[in-house]
Amino acid sequence: MANDIKILTEHINIPGIETFEVYRKAGGYNAVEKAIKKMSPDEIVEEVKKSGIRGRGGAGFPMGMKWSFLAKPEGVPRYLVCNADESEPGTFKDHYLMKNLPHLLIEGMIVSSFALGANKSFIYVRGELMYVVRILEKAIEEAKAAGFLGKNILGSGYDLELVVQPGGGAYICGEETALLESLEGKRGNPRNKPPFPAVKGLYQSPTVVNNVESIANTPWVINHGGEEYAKIGIGRSTGTKLISASGHIKNPGVYEITLGLPVDEFMNSDQYLGGIRDGHYLKAVVAGGSSVPILPANLFYKTANGEDRLMSYESLSDGGFPTGTMLGSGGFIAMDETTCIVRNTWNFSRFYHHESCGQCSPCREGTGWMEKVLHRIEHGHGTMSDIDLLVDVAKKIEGNTICPLGDAAAWPVASAIRHFRDEFEWHINHPNEATKPGAVYMGAEILA
Amino acid sequence: MSVTFTEDKLKKAQEIILRYPEGRQKSALLPILHLAQEQFGWVSSDTMDYVAGLLSITPVEVYEVATFYTMFHLEPVGKHVIEYCRTGPCCAMGGEEVFSHLKTKLGIKANETTSDGLFTLKEVECLAACGWGPCFQIREKYFMHLTNQKVDDIIEELSK
Amino acid sequence: MENEVPLIKVTIDGQEIRVPVGTTIMEAARQIGPSVAPPAMCYYKPLQGSGGKCRACLVKVAAGSEKDPRPMPKLVASCITGAQDGMVVENFTNPEVVEARKGVVEFLLINHPLDCPVCDQAGECHLQDFAFENGVGEKRFVEEKRTFEPEDIGDKVQLHMNRCILCYRCVYTANQLTEKRVHGVMGRGDHAQISTYIKNSLESDFYGNVIDVCPVGALTDKTYRFKSRVWFSKPVDAHCACEKCSGKVQVWYKGDEVIRVTARKNQWGEVEDFICNTCRFDRKKTSDWVIEGPSKVARNSVIAQNKYGLNQGKKPEFALNYAAKNFKGIDDARDYNQNLDEIKKSEDYKALMQKNDKFFSKEKSLK
Ligand SMILES: Cc1cc2nc3c(=O)[nH]c(=O)nc-3n(C[C@H](O)[C@H](O)[C@H](O)COP(=O)(O)O)c2cc1C
Ligand code: SF4
Ligand code: SF4
Ligand code: SF4
Ligand code: FES
Ligand code: FES
Repeated sequence: MANDIKILTEHINIPGIETFEVYRKAGGYNAVEKAIKKMSPDEIVEEVKKSGIRGRGGAGFPMGMKWSFLAKPEGVPRYLVCNADESEPGTFKDHYLMKNLPHLLIEGMIVSSFALGANKSFIYVRGELMYVVRILEKAIEEAKAAGFLGKNILGSGYDLELVVQPGGGAYICGEETALLESLEGKRGNPRNKPPFPAVKGLYQSPTVVNNVESIANTPWVINHGGEEYAKIGIGRSTGTKLISASGHIKNPGVYEITLGLPVDEFMNSDQYLGGIRDGHYLKAVVAGGSSVPILPANLFYKTANGEDRLMSYESLSDGGFPTGTMLGSGGFIAMDETTCIVRNTWNFSRFYHHESCGQCSPCREGTGWMEKVLHRIEHGHGTMSDIDLLVDVAKKIEGNTICPLGDAAAWPVASAIRHFRDEFEWHINHPNEATKPGAVYMGAEILA
Repeated sequence: MSVTFTEDKLKKAQEIILRYPEGRQKSALLPILHLAQEQFGWVSSDTMDYVAGLLSITPVEVYEVATFYTMFHLEPVGKHVIEYCRTGPCCAMGGEEVFSHLKTKLGIKANETTSDGLFTLKEVECLAACGWGPCFQIREKYFMHLTNQKVDDIIEELSK
Repeated sequence: MENEVPLIKVTIDGQEIRVPVGTTIMEAARQIGPSVAPPAMCYYKPLQGSGGKCRACLVKVAAGSEKDPRPMPKLVASCITGAQDGMVVENFTNPEVVEARKGVVEFLLINHPLDCPVCDQAGECHLQDFAFENGVGEKRFVEEKRTFEPEDIGDKVQLHMNRCILCYRCVYTANQLTEKRVHGVMGRGDHAQISTYIKNSLESDFYGNVIDVCPVGALTDKTYRFKSRVWFSKPVDAHCACEKCSGKVQVWYKGDEVIRVTARKNQWGEVEDFICNTCRFDRKKTSDWVIEGPSKVARNSVIAQNKYGLNQGKKPEFALNYAAKNFKGIDDARDYNQNLDEIKKSEDYKALMQKNDKFFSKEKSLK
């Protein structure tokens, strides 16, 4: 298997690649030419379907299928909205891609908009990344000047305008319907579904929302064909995936990996993460952004059945909630033995509490409740019944909310307790030791 | 206090409003609140009323939005607002130590402003720079791979 | 034309009904009757866009439709989910639903002040009913409750944010009935609050309706504050020739005195005709009204059933447990039908007033 094919980042190290000129010389915008001059919108949708590419924003929904669901009523505009709200803790791959390869995203937006019949498309970037907004706006100006955007693109009669929209600081606006609300100038309250965006999205019109990385894959699919794309990767995990890695590893950063890469190789080879920092060892991994279940090192390397885990949608989720996790957004967080799981769980829980939009009662009240209980345990005031209480509160949130943020808040807590219950118990039983700075439970020995 | 945009900002605001389909000018709300914060440093209720006027929406629609998003400062802030990431991955990269160093250095806690009015410290959640952490943001600029030394240098530079 | 809307068959808790296409599960259940109708804390039929938020009405769809009889994987909010032909819904008969609903009750109560003894909504509070009918007595929340600074929103409507359950009904009401909404939801998460942000009062002609739609004691009538407990007053249907609204109201008497005027509500607690502020706040004399006769009182009202009086042994436990812990001065055995003035003179009440000094001083400063 070709482990090092780079669909997205092949040209990332060329100096000046963020400019139109250099990007074009490196073969950029060929996909626009091919798509607009030689292909029909339906043919493009077909290629994307064949590629088998799944959404890279977290849920992994097949992109071609999503596109084919788009309603096409007469006389109603359709919209493509790119989700560049990237705020899931551990995830910084879209940031990396946009700041280094703005034109790749613009090119993807043009071909995707053409395929969907959208004449006005939006890139919703989290507000904190205002400098990236400016990079993208500059790239758009350049593309427009070269005739790849605006009216009558390449003389085809197809018009497209791209708008870069900054958010205002709210993780929840990454949820696609909250994003649409926000884009309409409202509070980022997720909508009840149905109706789905494909039927009633932005301005009540049919809308496709896709992640930055998903869209950035489309130029390659058009240039090489969906079938070629589907040959890369493993099983239903086709193509490559950007993984943003952080934590106690030797080489934090963003990597483009071919899906199916063995976890061990990704974790320990020098080409990728280079292993855990010297003198330490891996304790736990959050493989796909803070929302996915945490795994202890042993279950991360091998599934419960003893098979080697691979970096793919299927392999990482093998075992389901009890012993598996998810590829999610590709936000990979490695933790060595100096990490206090209780503290980390509290930290994540605080995040969800802070980011809940507050619309539905289980999430609004439950996230705060979990945070407060975890805060107590972490600070030496927990009781044994708190552990079961947390599990129960998590269960009462999960599945009962308007949007998946409720689940995302529940899973990290429930999985941390599932796999590291002894650590929670130790905290509760040894409040004095546990609250010493840097104290970490390590089975029989205590690191302090 | 009457609030108005400079000519430049007003022109920019009008450009932004025109980006959206007709009748959808409310979409310009977030970008224009950012513009306002750029000019005034923070977003007062007078500013919000002014923005409501620009977009022909009711003031309460602006209040609801401005209070939802965490980037808008609803109270006056210091000259430099340091927005420090407190989320797990950054902590794993050593964020907590650097943050406490920063607090000691400035002599303030989160959500406070130094007495000279130079720095306001805010804790924020993940800034999408986790592997490059610890990190903070001052206005549009990201400061990454922070160490105590780097923090000292940055504060020194900005105190000049 | 109406007859031409095709009918579909829905089964809810074993009872079948035929409803027009497009009917929600909630509305279908309500047509069968109160025994199968899910509780609703945010949905309010007359208010466009309401529903979907509180999750009180979650139900299990055991079979999606005739065509696709698979069950739905998650519980769904019945107030916003359309019924399908052949759909089978489980409500009170499904343990998963009962469990989830207990969760919702608990979530709504953990930060709720539960100051029912001094709350103007007590007796006609949907949260009391919801918790009484669907909750558990046990209390597991030991953290400090979230509180909000009191906010003055004018001389007609009293806001107690601590009691708000963020159902958004009052926001939809203002959107629908007034020209310019001046209040809304500020902030987010569990600190989101109903507010005008800057000092502002709710004044337009129809704003008073927020009081009637509010399921709890978060928005109450200032002109009625502490005048009576609801179970001591008698509602009559009345009307007047009003130039602004239908003029069809309920006039509430305590003795001969008109103590408040509200809109009339149907059996689900929903307003039938929204009324104007003049009718609500200014027409407080019997001579302002043509009296039609005693109101039909809603099924679950304390006014009708004297619920708390009859079920002495089964009082709303959550409230009493809570009160016992927090307001130790209250004697649980106290007769609920005591006259308010007597209660006010009692030692219990005085002790309570003192214990909650902070709370009351805030209240008074707002009056
Ligand atoms: C709370 C929450 C936050 C999310 N944040 C993001 C995000 O930052 N970026 C993103 O692309 N998708 C995010 N998603 C997923 C989106 O809702 C949506 O599934 C995605 O943008 C679809 O694009 P894709 O199919 O290309 O992945 C989030 C979902 C939830 C529930
Ligand atoms: S689950 Fe949380 S974030 Fe999602 S709609 Fe409900 S309150 Fe908002
Ligand atoms: S709102 Fe209802 S539950 Fe809350 S204090 Fe008032 S009567 Fe009691
Ligand atoms: S004040 Fe009342 S009506 Fe308004 S949101 Fe709160 S509970 Fe609902
Ligand atoms: S955790 Fe700090 S930037 Fe992501
Ligand atoms: S009544 Fe259905 S969610 Fe509130």
